[in-house]
Amino acid sequence: MASTGLLLARGCCRTANNITGHGQRRLSVSSAVLARTHVSYEVKDNVAVVRINDPNSKVNTLSRQMQAEMTDVMREIWGNSGVKSAVLISSKPGCFIAGADISMIQACKTPEEVTSLSQEGQKMFEQIEKSPIPIVAAINGSCLGGGLEFAIACQYRVATKSKKTILGTPEVMLGLLPGAGGTQRLPKMVGLPAAFDMMLTGRNIRADKAKKMGLVHQLVDPLGPGLKSPEERTIEYLEEVAVEFAKGLAGKKITVEKKKGLMQKMQDFVMGLPPVRKQIYKTVHNKVMKQSKGLYPAPLKIIECIQTGIESGQTAGYQTESQNFGKLAMTSESRALIGLYHGQVACKKNHFGKPEREVKKLAVLGAGLMGAGIAQISIEKGVATILKDTTGEGLARGQQQVYKGLHDKTKKKSLTTFERDSILSTLSGQLDYRGFDTADMVIEAVFEDLSIKHKVVKEIEAVIPPHCIFATNTSALPIKDIAAASKRPEKLIGMHYFSPVDKMQLLEIITTDKTSRDTTASAVSVGLKQGKVIIVVGDGPGFYTTRCLAPMLAEAVRVLQEGVGPKKLDVLTTGFGFPVGAAALADEVGIDVAAHVAEDLGKAFGTRFGGGNVEVLKTMVQKGYKGRKSGKGCYVYGAKDKKVNSGAEEILKSFKLTAPPAVSSDEDVQYRLVSRFVNEAILCLQEGILPDPVQGDIGAVFGLGFPPCLGGPFRFVDSFGADKLVQKMKRFEEVYGNQFTPCQLLVDHAKDSSKRFHK
Amino acid sequence: MASMLMNSLRNGPVTSVQAARFAVRSLSSTAHLKAQGSVSAKSKKTLDKPGVRNIVLVDGVRTPFLLSGTTYSDLMPHDLARAALQGLLNKTSIPKDAVDYIVYGTVIQEVKTSNVAREAALGAGFSDRIPAHTVTMACISSNQAMTTAVGLIASGQCESVVAGGVEFMSDVPIRHSRKMRKTMLSLNKAKSIGARLSLLGSIRLAHLAPELPAVAEFSTAETMGHSADRLAAAFGVTRVEQDEFALRSHTFAKKAQDAGLLNDVISFKVPGKDIVSKDNGIRISSMEQMGKLKAAFIKPHGTVTAANSSFLTDGASAVLIMSEEKALAMGYKPKAYLRDFVYVSQDPKDQLLLGPTYATPKVLERSGLTINDIDVFEFHEAFAGQIMANLKAMDSDYFAQTYMGRKSKVGAPPMDKFNSWGGSLSLGHPFGATGCRLVTTVAHRLQKEGGQYGLLAACAAGGQGHAMVIEAYPQ
Repeated sequence: MASTGLLLARGCCRTANNITGHGQRRLSVSSAVLARTHVSYEVKDNVAVVRINDPNSKVNTLSRQMQAEMTDVMREIWGNSGVKSAVLISSKPGCFIAGADISMIQACKTPEEVTSLSQEGQKMFEQIEKSPIPIVAAINGSCLGGGLEFAIACQYRVATKSKKTILGTPEVMLGLLPGAGGTQRLPKMVGLPAAFDMMLTGRNIRADKAKKMGLVHQLVDPLGPGLKSPEERTIEYLEEVAVEFAKGLAGKKITVEKKKGLMQKMQDFVMGLPPVRKQIYKTVHNKVMKQSKGLYPAPLKIIECIQTGIESGQTAGYQTESQNFGKLAMTSESRALIGLYHGQVACKKNHFGKPEREVKKLAVLGAGLMGAGIAQISIEKGVATILKDTTGEGLARGQQQVYKGLHDKTKKKSLTTFERDSILSTLSGQLDYRGFDTADMVIEAVFEDLSIKHKVVKEIEAVIPPHCIFATNTSALPIKDIAAASKRPEKLIGMHYFSPVDKMQLLEIITTDKTSRDTTASAVSVGLKQGKVIIVVGDGPGFYTTRCLAPMLAEAVRVLQEGVGPKKLDVLTTGFGFPVGAAALADEVGIDVAAHVAEDLGKAFGTRFGGGNVEVLKTMVQKGYKGRKSGKGCYVYGAKDKKVNSGAEEILKSFKLTAPPAVSSDEDVQYRLVSRFVNEAILCLQEGILPDPVQGDIGAVFGLGFPPCLGGPFRFVDSFGADKLVQKMKRFEEVYGNQFTPCQLLVDHAKDSSKRFHK
Repeated sequence: MASMLMNSLRNGPVTSVQAARFAVRSLSSTAHLKAQGSVSAKSKKTLDKPGVRNIVLVDGVRTPFLLSGTTYSDLMPHDLARAALQGLLNKTSIPKDAVDYIVYGTVIQEVKTSNVAREAALGAGFSDRIPAHTVTMACISSNQAMTTAVGLIASGQCESVVAGGVEFMSDVPIRHSRKMRKTMLSLNKAKSIGARLSLLGSIRLAHLAPELPAVAEFSTAETMGHSADRLAAAFGVTRVEQDEFALRSHTFAKKAQDAGLLNDVISFKVPGKDIVSKDNGIRISSMEQMGKLKAAFIKPHGTVTAANSSFLTDGASAVLIMSEEKALAMGYKPKAYLRDFVYVSQDPKDQLLLGPTYATPKVLERSGLTINDIDVFEFHEAFAGQIMANLKAMDSDYFAQTYMGRKSKVGAPPMDKFNSWGGSLSLGHPFGATGCRLVTTVAHRLQKEGGQYGLLAACAAGGQGHAMVIEAYPQ
């Protein structure tokens, strides 16, 4: 009611305005400003400066409210003959507009509703594009999705050259497409190849790159300390500069058209040839099919929109865009990806409160692949770190890994060499326990052997201060078994990192019943600082992630024994949506690790974890086929390509099993692998290892590469149907036994279709 | 202190010439202090400290500062330094073996004369028994040379030191690329013809691209002009403010030159060319003309232009610094006491050129003075925008509290006392030589204007800065 009232009031003022003219104008503006909360403007020297600021959020999104106020404001500006140009700027330091309001899209029930949302956006930006006065978008901070579509509808763009300023169209990562004219405007602005790249990858583009691509016209340098805070003054400066450009555009002193270089002209000419364009569409389509296996509808729809716009004209293009947008928003893939996005946001928060002491000094034991990786991501985020190893050789290798990790960033220009050097200066490589007496946390990443871990716990506890937390990085050993050697189990916690540590986003934190809440808070806080997405799970053999992976790998070994080759196995798994095939994954994890885990968990869980013969893995390890790290596993890793390891094939032959025809079709093989994974995940929730389905989905997708288009094991069960899955499992159970017995929680969901893991 | 000396005059037997001179000085100093007292009340009558040696500036000279690429263009850096040293010898008539040590400052080094102090001293006719070394600290290199001299004298190691600075931008070392250098160095080691040929064969066209020195920070890769433009923007310094300040600098410099106030400049007969006796960078333009210039670093919307920046300059300077006793014993009438000094450093990215802001309150605190006690200010003018930003920063409580950890601002210098004989923007700025010019100018202005305390401050690449308090020698 209230909002309707306000709208009416505003409407009245405007009418009054138009009749009485200028004198009344100011009054009406101020009353309208009072009513508006998200968008405001002032006229400076014939330039209307429009400021956006969502008072209820850290970021600006194109919500209904924002759009309504913006339309309103623009109408006023266009109606004011005194305004010759406009500047669009955000009052938030780190964000221009971060995109459309996702909840607005999620609230829609039909594709038509979403299509009309898209059409509204298209209309609004078309008006901006056809504005009678030039509009300059002044961009500082994230300018993504709808925000970018808004900016590219403006006549001119100025961006701060700050690390926080990123431009991009991330819709594809949510299973959507840029639905407010983006698929139509971007190709014209940056050219067909660059537009495809932006929209199909969703990658963030830094300001300097955006300038080179022609996405923004001018860059403004961020400012340092002055008479105000740097953030505040930088926005002010951006506004000043943008206002000057706006005046220049209004006075025709600056032209928007950029002189095209020879290369650009040639490219334009080539792109003007229909057969060339056709070839491009085809190539891009094939590439998308190859990478997505056709499991993701959004990239294909994006290609369709771009193609329609270019080949059949703008009207058809806009229509295709809004209709496809509506269709995509209703797909299970989009729901899955949006679910993951929300899950990721939730797993980037510390739900355990602020730790009593901030971890300022970290010590990492073991300079292997994991240890060095942990050290790297810690020093990068300003945590002084000791990297300790037992041998000079091992230490040197670890330090080199850290150096290389940082040095590669200087090559990509995300770090300067100076920053690299000063970051490295906070790493202390050493062979002794010097400085451990002032460490706030120790993370051990030594060899996965209980007796070694026990030795380490005792050694470390003798040198660290009482408040220091001891975290153990293990992928399968139960934390309470390790804690058995500890004098202070409340300070002991598991932190399971994934390899390669600097690339994999997930951190699985494992608490025992003795771990104190503050210890958990501290571990989560360190993980968040390291930039990780975090799940916190209960203790048990294999915790959550390893425990889900183990039965799937056991099944994979059986499949191999049954005569499906590693290549075929990988085709089947990637065809289901796994980014890495099961055989390749085993090589990445390490065949020795897989053997170890299979044996340990087999002992803990019995025949349910059976399937393939562990001896297959053991024999491979004996022959030195330890996976990628040794150059040979299921595959032989050459300089460029990988070939199937004939030695491994021979081992598989010697362990050959007959494939039961009833459950050996390609689809059956896929579901045998996936259902064991999913069942185990649900069992983890049932047993309380997992606190909730959200963390289960995040852990499976970010740690193990569960198909993102399915959104994780729990969302998969919701959308696939628990009953259908149980039916399949029963069929497999008849052949293989209890490995396929669905757990109670899954059966419950199968019986009652109203039961869902995600609301 | 004056009364103490009076006592010694009354009580002690006056036997030596030295003592007599001392006594005379003390008398005159009393008179001077009285005169000062009537001008303005100072927080301190003098900066004499018990137990600390008085160190004096005997005199200072410099070659004319010329735009690089003009009359000096065929020289080498040590030639310029030599000219300054010879000028100092002439002006002070100091016996060539009466100097204990020579220190020179320079920034861009000619690799053949990397210890330019030694090469210049040998050619200037100083005794080859006088050790000499070269220091570098960007635009405050000759300040570092002078304070090194102060340190040598204060610790009793030396009595008389020549300090100076030189910069020669007409010729700078341009190197082969790293890959090319590596190949060339390997060629020296290659034994067989085959090995040499294969090395030569590895040279690619791209390896031939030379490496030019840049006035850019190594740590941030940002050029100084770019940083100055950002600094000006951070403090809201407008283009007009900058152009006005640049115009002021040139106008004052011209006046000072015409009035013959710049008498630290020596005449220099450049081999093969004419005698040079004047700085050649002073150009009084108009605000309109300056306003037409395009931004030089941040394009197109920046505010720093060629007209409101200091230009590339060739030049050298030299000063003679002694302990007071030694100077008096040798019959000199010193020009000024070199008192407290500080070096500061801060963030080389966003606060690159804020050295004066950080150094000024610190050195005043050391001296026990306030900004109101200072009669003469000489700040190095790297860019008009940099000077204006520093003035605004010094006048801001927010900046003092937020970034300097001080309770309140130090205050901006009154403009009628500030760089009133021109500055680096107009006179020129040979990086390594500017510091001595500042010290000599402060001493001369104190003498001319009858002031007691002078303050000089300068910024330098690397985010460093320097300030020094100078006290007029009683006339």
